[in-house]
Amino acid sequence: MDSSKKTINVKVNGEPYEVSIKPKMTLLQLLRNELGLTGTKQACMDNSCGACTVIVNKMAVKACSVLAMQVNGKEVTTVEGLASKDGKLSILQEAFLEHSAFQCGFCSPGKLMSSTAMLEELENPTEEDIRRDMEGNLCRCTGYVQYLEAIKEVVRQRKEGSK
Amino acid sequence: MKDFEYFSASSLQEACSLISQYKDVGKVLAGGQSLITLLRQKLISPTCLIDIKGLKELDFIEFDKKSGLRIGALTTHRAIEKSPLIQEKYNVLSEMEKSVASVQTRNWGTIGGNLCSADPIGDPAPSLIALGAKIKLVSAKGERAVALEEFFTDYFTTIIEPDEILAEIQLPPPAANTAVEYMKFATIEAGIKIVSTSVAVTVEAGSDVCKDAKIVMSAVAPIPLITKKAAEMLKGKKLTDDLIEEAAKMAASETDPTTDVHASAEYRKEIVKVLVKRAIKKAFEKAKKA
Repeated sequence: MDSSKKTINVKVNGEPYEVSIKPKMTLLQLLRNELGLTGTKQACMDNSCGACTVIVNKMAVKACSVLAMQVNGKEVTTVEGLASKDGKLSILQEAFLEHSAFQCGFCSPGKLMSSTAMLEELENPTEEDIRRDMEGNLCRCTGYVQYLEAIKEVVRQRKEGSK
Repeated sequence: MKDFEYFSASSLQEACSLISQYKDVGKVLAGGQSLITLLRQKLISPTCLIDIKGLKELDFIEFDKKSGLRIGALTTHRAIEKSPLIQEKYNVLSEMEKSVASVQTRNWGTIGGNLCSADPIGDPAPSLIALGAKIKLVSAKGERAVALEEFFTDYFTTIIEPDEILAEIQLPPPAANTAVEYMKFATIEAGIKIVSTSVAVTVEAGSDVCKDAKIVMSAVAPIPLITKKAAEMLKGKKLTDDLIEEAAKMAASETDPTTDVHASAEYRKEIVKVLVKRAIKKAFEKAKKA
């Protein structure tokens, strides 16, 4: 049975889109296949690894496990939306570069989105807050220490900035 | 994933009418944190999904001194974890929620969806059962309240009728001289639990005597398991280390775990002994101060 398509309206990285999709489409498929935003990665496809993490209405979610229909009327931010329009990287992205918080880079978009959401939510996260938050993103090549250091660096910079 | 028809309900009433119409071929979608995977793996293939995630009327946390706590079924795990009210009055729930899956899953997944998916490794059910939870099931025909411990019947199976929707979870007010403790054993915090337990202990005021106890476990049986014999051993007795150890052994003997990639059945039983012993001790100490 080929179900009829449905129309949804969604804002992605500030741009409004109106798309006609099959109800079974996931948010991940919407971003990658319909909108061409391939920065969000597809990996485990069973809600485990976090490579597909994006931000929906300020919350980090795994795009492989959210139906696109459920983001109708919502705001989505992907890794493509982190840098400013003129290409200036976010503070967290800069910190990732500074601390080499990746090796192959496949898990990085997901990690960036999780940590961006966490840093929005918590003004001054403790190391425990950061570590707990990191649990949703798996890295299979380099590990987590540089990643942790990068986030701590952003928190440190913020504290100094507010002095 | 197979195609399906999709309806987004705009009220609970509409959702009930849709599910009564499509009960033979439809499924209710909340956060979908279990359902989407099941659909993708083609373990289930409904021809219609009724999406209730947007129903604000089922997204609430309310407390009344006399009647206790009500949690709307569409409240996310994250909202329960972060609720100052729950942290103050039912802290065990907030602590348990911290280790439910990952932040991303907790942000989108709902407590009602979690219970209805009836995965025996789920953590919320044992804690809620230890706290004496009831659930409200509604349909176009009416509503009924059921003790949560009577909800689960087998792996991924509950008594919910095909035309019913889980609307809310109800907890009695926190009881005097009572504490509930949650403990888990997992290789990583956000990973699959090898075993977890929630233990409620009520003491006689100002003494070491246990008035009431309940021990509930996940991942050791097809449903959240209440180890009744172990709890009975504690009731009316002074809680000594020896007695607690014996009760924990009894709890292990009541379990029926399976072997999987995470742990063998034998190993799980050993872990139960340690975890239950620790949880009883901790709940006992807290209950004396509660």
